[in-house]
Amino acid sequence: MAHAAFFIVAAIAVVSALGLVLRRNAIHGALFLVVNLGSIAVLYQTLGAEFLAWAQVIVYAGAIMVLFVFAIMVLIPGKEETGPDPRRAWRLLALPAGALLFLQLIFVVGGARGGAGSGAPPVGGVESIAGLLFTRYLFPFELTSVLLLAAMVGVLLLARRRV
Amino acid sequence: MVPESYYVGLSAILFTIGVVGVVVRRNPLVMFMSIELMLNAANLALVAFGRRVGHADGQAVVFFVMAVAAAEAAVGLAIIVTIFRLRRRLSMDDLSLMRW
Repeated sequence: MAHAAFFIVAAIAVVSALGLVLRRNAIHGALFLVVNLGSIAVLYQTLGAEFLAWAQVIVYAGAIMVLFVFAIMVLIPGKEETGPDPRRAWRLLALPAGALLFLQLIFVVGGARGGAGSGAPPVGGVESIAGLLFTRYLFPFELTSVLLLAAMVGVLLLARRRV
Repeated sequence: MVPESYYVGLSAILFTIGVVGVVVRRNPLVMFMSIELMLNAANLALVAFGRRVGHADGQAVVFFVMAVAAAEAAVGLAIIVTIFRLRRRLSMDDLSLMRW
């Protein structure tokens, strides 16, 4: 039962990722990416990471994708990428290179046999994550707020209309 | 219980699709979305490895990755909008100013 659910969700994730790459229309790609992010949220849930599953839905599928869809709507990029591709031969090289990268990933990750494998899955609720964030990872957590502030100021500076 | 290696394999597939998307596509917005795909694949691998080891630390790292991804998306989209405003076109092949 759990295996069947995993394979169904994994198939949805792979197909939506392929749709993002293969569809020419950027807005279709964005919607495919929303599906992909949602299926990854489901996988987080099956891994026991409840907090991350909902954070994924809210932060990624909510906030970030709204930003992307807004940018696509503003820039109306549906028209380019229709002309002839001057570097088509080079781009076709991406397929064997990607296959090679995939084999390398499988080789490296499949060789990672380490880990104590304590068996007990970690609790992924808000309580355990918050306990880690506010004790062991307190400094990176505070740095994250500085990073977000810097990003906000930078975006305001970039998007300001020159007068 | 589904073994972690399945999740890691799925993560490798998604990461590869993201890399190929960055290389193949010409639209910078689609390239950005492929980068988000790669980040998500790495996050999935982190959570899967965290379950294997039995810590919640992997999930804390994923939290930070999400925050960095949000900042990266905001800044990157602002840069793309600025480039579009300057050039009125949107193709990565035109942007060779900083290439040596």
